[in-house]
Amino acid sequence: MTLAGTDDHVALVDILDRLLAGGVVLTGELTISLAEVDLVHVSLRALISSVQTLVDEGPE
Amino acid sequence: MSDDAVYVYAIGDAALAADLPAVAGVGGTLVRAVGSGALAAVASSVDAGEFGEDALRHNLEDLGWLADTARAHHAVVDTVARHHPIAPVRLATVYLDDANVRALLDERAAAFTAALERVRGRTEWGVKAFAAPQAAEEPQAAEPQPPAPSEAGPGTAYLMRRRAARNRAAESRRSAADAASRLHEELAGLAVANRRYPPQDPQLTGSRDEMVLNAAYLVENAGEAAVRRLVEERGAPGLRLQLTGPWAPYSFATLEET
Repeated sequence: MTLAGTDDHVALVDILDRLLAGGVVLTGELTISLAEVDLVHVSLRALISSVQTLVDEGPE
Repeated sequence: MSDDAVYVYAIGDAALAADLPAVAGVGGTLVRAVGSGALAAVASSVDAGEFGEDALRHNLEDLGWLADTARAHHAVVDTVARHHPIAPVRLATVYLDDANVRALLDERAAAFTAALERVRGRTEWGVKAFAAPQAAEEPQAAEPQPPAPSEAGPGTAYLMRRRAARNRAAESRRSAADAASRLHEELAGLAVANRRYPPQDPQLTGSRDEMVLNAAYLVENAGEAAVRRLVEERGAPGLRLQLTGPWAPYSFATLEET
């Protein structure tokens, strides 16, 4: 079992789960509609999977 | 396009302004507290050009930008959360200036205060469960043996073996999913709140094993040992478990409208 701690080895994918779907949603002034981030999320996943190496720093 | 804007990472008590850790935020600028009344926002100056609606849409599709921004955001939230109770804010929440952040704190003060109370003294833990295929060479006792009628040729026997193997795999996946559901119920019992995320794509996890649980639990700080123990105990040959955390309460920082 890997305990991904609060260091650099926290998997990016776990951070993105939380940063794109969690957190207080506020209407920022420069980002009119943050809800759209959720839509972007879908294409992000495809993108990330095509650049596997950046995610592979996650715990093995 | 090089105007400064104010990126907000989290909301906390006004007291955090007095000893905010020196940590660099998105774009490398040190974070600062922007306070009003009993609340303070953890913020830093960023290039407004990166966070306009069009620029942001483009940048979010750029993995390098996204990874850097997400990691910088996380580093700030994670560091501050070790010292102060905070409600993290979603990625890429940006205001024109400090005055507007203060206005936000005043306007939503009651909701922010309630959100902080929900997470104070509590920690988020993540648990992921994977259906780990077993080295299933030995036939399982419960598995009905296919009849071997004398008229069945070698082709038929092969197909039957293939089908039995497929059934075994489906059965082991189902049983892992059931075990994960039971674990989720147990963890939810230890937690004050829980949230399930969609399973992560195997290409993102770097594991071929299918993810059958991806959940977050908000747990009293004193409950950490119980969570760790449960996750250690419930792992099994067919069920690989991964505990992540402690996390700042990303999954439970929500504003309830009043």
